[in-house]
Amino acid sequence: MIGRRFVLGLALILAAAGQGCAAEASVVTVKIENFTFYPAELTVKPGTTITFENADDIPHSVIDKAGAFHSKPLDTGDSFKMTVTDAGEITYFCGFHPHMVGRIIVKQ
Amino acid sequence: MPHDHDDANGVTRRHALECMLWAGTGVLWTVAGGIPVSRAFLGTAQAAETTGYSFLQISDSHVGFNKPANPHAMDTLNEAIGKVKAMATKPAFMLHTGDITHLSKAEEFDNAAQAIGAAGLDVHYVPGEHDLVDEGQGKAYLERYGKNTRGAGYYSFDQSGVHFIGLVNVVGLKAGGMGSLGAEQLAWLADDLKGLTDSTPVVVFAHIPLWALYPQWGWGTDDSEQALGLLKRFGSVTVLNGHIHQLMQKVEGNVTFHTARSTAFPQPEPGKAPSPGPMLVPAEKLRGLLGVRSVVYAPGTATLAVTDSTLADV
Repeated sequence: MIGRRFVLGLALILAAAGQGCAAEASVVTVKIENFTFYPAELTVKPGTTITFENADDIPHSVIDKAGAFHSKPLDTGDSFKMTVTDAGEITYFCGFHPHMVGRIIVKQ
Repeated sequence: MPHDHDDANGVTRRHALECMLWAGTGVLWTVAGGIPVSRAFLGTAQAAETTGYSFLQISDSHVGFNKPANPHAMDTLNEAIGKVKAMATKPAFMLHTGDITHLSKAEEFDNAAQAIGAAGLDVHYVPGEHDLVDEGQGKAYLERYGKNTRGAGYYSFDQSGVHFIGLVNVVGLKAGGMGSLGAEQLAWLADDLKGLTDSTPVVVFAHIPLWALYPQWGWGTDDSEQALGLLKRFGSVTVLNGHIHQLMQKVEGNVTFHTARSTAFPQPEPGKAPSPGPMLVPAEKLRGLLGVRSVVYAPGTATLAVTDSTLADV
């Protein structure tokens, strides 16, 4: 009885620790430079936080083609964070310069 | 429109007129697209005397911009307006082809209005993509400049025989696309043009170039061909754009396209840099790349006379 609870408790602790480790590893940056998203295509796990950083001398923004997110204008040095939750594919673009496009593939 | 009637000895009225004119002023007139086209140069002063007028185009003032390409965008805007005030012949009004502000902030709109207002002229605006990024996504622009406009701020007006159309091609932008006019605006345009004769000179002003100038950098408008199709029947169409912060010109039939300089910062020529961002130049070269445009309308000429001047010009 005690053994089972112990094992269950240990399993929960390990699972929580595992979750914590995954969260630390799951922050990714997309750099915006020369009117380009780098990397243009990103593959991440659900739960990943993505930070978009603008390194250009002109504002850019990050807008989901499907309408799920829409950043404020990002001036030089500004950043926008978002966390992806569901598996799938996201196409996003810059609201100022719509020819700038990027993709995020979310899968386990 | 003059008709050619044969008179008694078979000489047409037009031929007789031509002979008289050659003997007199040396100006030969033909008729193209419904309006008379002068084959001799009609000087600016003479144009003004025959009830023509001039107007100005300024563009891309980007009030709020302060990066290395020009840390003083307000100063160069003020200089541009100073030049406008110093013009010998007062223009009838001004067009601003957008990117008035850099980030659609209230103080940027305020500062721009104050600086541009110092010219003492009526100003007709269209927004650029930098003017529609407030929290209301365009409400700030419309609050200031939306009176008597539709949609995101398109409209038309007439001035002494010329029909002016302000179009908005920076809304409804799609991933991977360029500028966009949209079905609603195009339907309005068709309706707006309906009552006009082919000989009415038309001036179209919009922020992003209305031709596929350089699609790799988004310099074009996805559905501009539909607008140009509607304008095809007119004998004189002048398209004035901004967005690219440099002069480019194109002629297509009766349509002449002109892009304008910015008053804030230059951008590289198509393909001459990794991207179309603000172009840093030596300080002494900056003012030669910024400027304003004067356009003269002379009744009876198909092509409006465009004169570009820089902040470096005396």
